[in-house]
Amino acid sequence: MLLIHCPWCGPRDEVEFRYGGQAHIAYPGDPGALSDEAWADYLFMRDNPKGPFAERWFHAAGCRRWFNAVRDTATHRLLATYRPDEPRPEVGP
Amino acid sequence: MPASRPEPERLWRSAEPRTSYEVVIVGGGGHGLATAYYLARNHGIRDVCVLERGWLAGGNMARNTTIIRSNYLWDASAALYEHSLKLWEGLEDELDWDLQLSQRGVLNLAHSLADVRSSVRRVEANRLNGIDAEWLEPEEVKAFCPIVDVSPDVRYPVLGATLQRRGGVARHDRVAWALATRASELGVDIVEHAEVTGFLRDGDRVVGVRTTRGDVRAGRVALAAAGHTSVLASMLGLRLPLQSHPLQALVSNLYEPVLGCVVMSNAVHVYVSQADKGELVMGAGIDAYNGYAQRGSFHVIEHQMAAALELFPIFRHAQLLRTWAGIVDVSPDASPIIGPTPIEGLFVNCGWGTGGFKATPGSGWVYADTIANGRPHPLAAPFSLERFVTGALVDEHGAAAVAH
Repeated sequence: MLLIHCPWCGPRDEVEFRYGGQAHIAYPGDPGALSDEAWADYLFMRDNPKGPFAERWFHAAGCRRWFNAVRDTATHRLLATYRPDEPRPEVGP
Repeated sequence: MPASRPEPERLWRSAEPRTSYEVVIVGGGGHGLATAYYLARNHGIRDVCVLERGWLAGGNMARNTTIIRSNYLWDASAALYEHSLKLWEGLEDELDWDLQLSQRGVLNLAHSLADVRSSVRRVEANRLNGIDAEWLEPEEVKAFCPIVDVSPDVRYPVLGATLQRRGGVARHDRVAWALATRASELGVDIVEHAEVTGFLRDGDRVVGVRTTRGDVRAGRVALAAAGHTSVLASMLGLRLPLQSHPLQALVSNLYEPVLGCVVMSNAVHVYVSQADKGELVMGAGIDAYNGYAQRGSFHVIEHQMAAALELFPIFRHAQLLRTWAGIVDVSPDASPIIGPTPIEGLFVNCGWGTGGFKATPGSGWVYADTIANGRPHPLAAPFSLERFVTGALVDEHGAAAVAH
């Protein structure tokens, strides 16, 4: 089980959290203006790297707030967690 | 179960990679090997190389729970998976190999009114597509599989089940060995320990691959790399709607025969069969997070065991021997992606998620045809990459049986 450091609550067991997929994907400013390809890209296409990945987590059984993490998908090691209003930190695997 | 055929004296020929082939297949798992076999057998394309970064069939082909069935909801999926099941039914004769195919029946349990409704709907849809399917009431489930607890006072009561009698299991390793050997006999080069590290380009076209054992040029490059498809595609800047997750499974110690069929439960994330040797083989749900580490979190196993023990009280005597994970490439609609790509010369066969093993021969058949003719096989056409732009998704979350 992962030990995840919630930016507000501190380190907690993975079972307290829900996974939210790739972070830093903004809702399109003007969805109606998008081509079908651009809409499909927003809706379905996601990065799927083997290595550091910025992703969202939700502390469902704690503060019930969303936050972001950078985690190495090759090792599952959490490299950093940060609040949604903070930029992705520079961390290596 | 005794082998019904004499064991072959030789297996596949381990080849040195040449510098050029008509077709290079990236990935020496079940789908890659089946594709190579059918390219040679059905299309006469024998100038084929299968590149495997590890050892043959050591990825998901070694890690799945060997379940075979075709009871999917939509016409497109039913046609594809039923094509595969029909190939399974002739595969031992086709390859002259004992694959320990056992059509012992697959139960998919329903635990809620919503489950019952969607299951009955799926049974009717299957029948309309000519696929054998039955709906069983709880007492019929008990009669078919006596060790299932169908009492109404449990957390997830069994309200019925679908049954596909032609479903079952096969011996995964033997399938890989048979396909590799027969493909090799037809002239296919099988190269292990050759990891693809890049692609050779000529303008917009892919003309080969870079590997840890040298460059290999190819008329067409066909990916069959399951969980690592995104890693390969990203080398070409090709974005795919895939997320790679660990999918865990486990075996128990040896048991006397207690379970004569396959039992799957979508709602409680457990699917189980008993190997001929006696182990209970169980699969869990996927781990929620993306991961390539071929291991998952233990609470997923605990959750699955809790559900299994409630369904099968007799399992409380079993000991957990071993757990493992494979990396599954999950698509947004729980259906595969098969076909050409926007990059000329490059084909993909991916997104099989948690259910690729059952599709091994069917996937190889339609992928080989797609590669040989440079257009989707009719059964593969609905599973194009373009469906994510057109919106013509093939939503099989209900039939996929493992939560995606």
